[in-house]
Amino acid sequence: MLSLWLGHSALAWADSYRGPKPLPLYTEECGSCHLAYPAQLLPKASWHRLLMGLDHHFGSNASLDPKTRQAIDTWLQAYGGEGKRARNVPPDDRITRASWFERKHRRVAKATWARPSIQSPANCAACHPDAAAGDFEDDDVSIPQ
Amino acid sequence: MRNALFSILLIGVAPSWAATPAELLADYTAQAGQPADAQRGQQFFQNQHGKSWSCATCHGQTPVTPGRHANTQKTIEPLAPAAHPRRFTQASKVEKWFRRNCNDVLDRACTPAEKADVLAWLITLR
Repeated sequence: MLSLWLGHSALAWADSYRGPKPLPLYTEECGSCHLAYPAQLLPKASWHRLLMGLDHHFGSNASLDPKTRQAIDTWLQAYGGEGKRARNVPPDDRITRASWFERKHRRVAKATWARPSIQSPANCAACHPDAAAGDFEDDDVSIPQ
Repeated sequence: MRNALFSILLIGVAPSWAATPAELLADYTAQAGQPADAQRGQQFFQNQHGKSWSCATCHGQTPVTPGRHANTQKTIEPLAPAAHPRRFTQASKVEKWFRRNCNDVLDRACTPAEKADVLAWLITLR
C-alpha cells in the first residue's frame, strides 16, 4: 500500500516544477513579454548566457539596468537547473529546443503549434493553464482549437 | 559630506518617484526643446521605421485596448493612460521600455522629441 502511494506521488511530481517562490523582480522583468519560465527549466550556464545577452534576446531588446540584471542573475544561479535535466545544454539556450522538451512534446503536430491560439512552443500557457505556477501536469493540459 | 551623500541618494531615487503622464510629457518636451505634436506622434507610433515592427505591431493601432506581443502572444495592457491608470507614472519604467522598444523598432534610441510626440498622442486617446 505504501509503495503504491509513494509511486503515485512520484509520478504526480514528475511534471510539476513548482520550485521556490520566484523572485518578484524575476517575475516582473522576465514575465513582462512571456511566461516567467520556472528557473529549473534551463541549466544555470544557459541562464547566465541569456542574462549577458539581453539586448539581443531571441530577436528582441530585453535589456535591464545592471543592478536589476545582477539581482536576477544571482537568483537564477541559485535556483537554475542542475542534475539530470540540466546536463544537456539546449541549442541557443532555448527551453523549447531542449531534448527533454522535444521528447515530452513529441506527439504535438507542427500544425498544432501553428494554431493562432498557440503560435509557438514558447507559449506554455496556451495549453498549460497553470504554467505560471510551474505546474505542467499532463492531466491539466488543454490544447485549444 | 552628509549633504552630498543625501543629494546623491535623491538623484538615485528621484527617477522612480511617481509622476503623471502630463509631468513626463513636460520633461520630454523640455528636453526636446520644441512643442510636442500629437499628430506626428500618431504617425511615428503607427509607422514602421525600416524594420518589420512598428509600435502598433504589439500595442495596437489605437492602444486603448490590450495589445499582443508579436512573438510570444502575451497580452499587453493598453498603453493609453486613459485606458490604464498606471501607464506613464514611473519615469524609470517608461525609460526602460523606450530603451528596449525603440531599439526593436528603430535600431536606435528614440529622441526626446519623438518620445514627447508619442506621449502627447497617447494622452489624447479615449
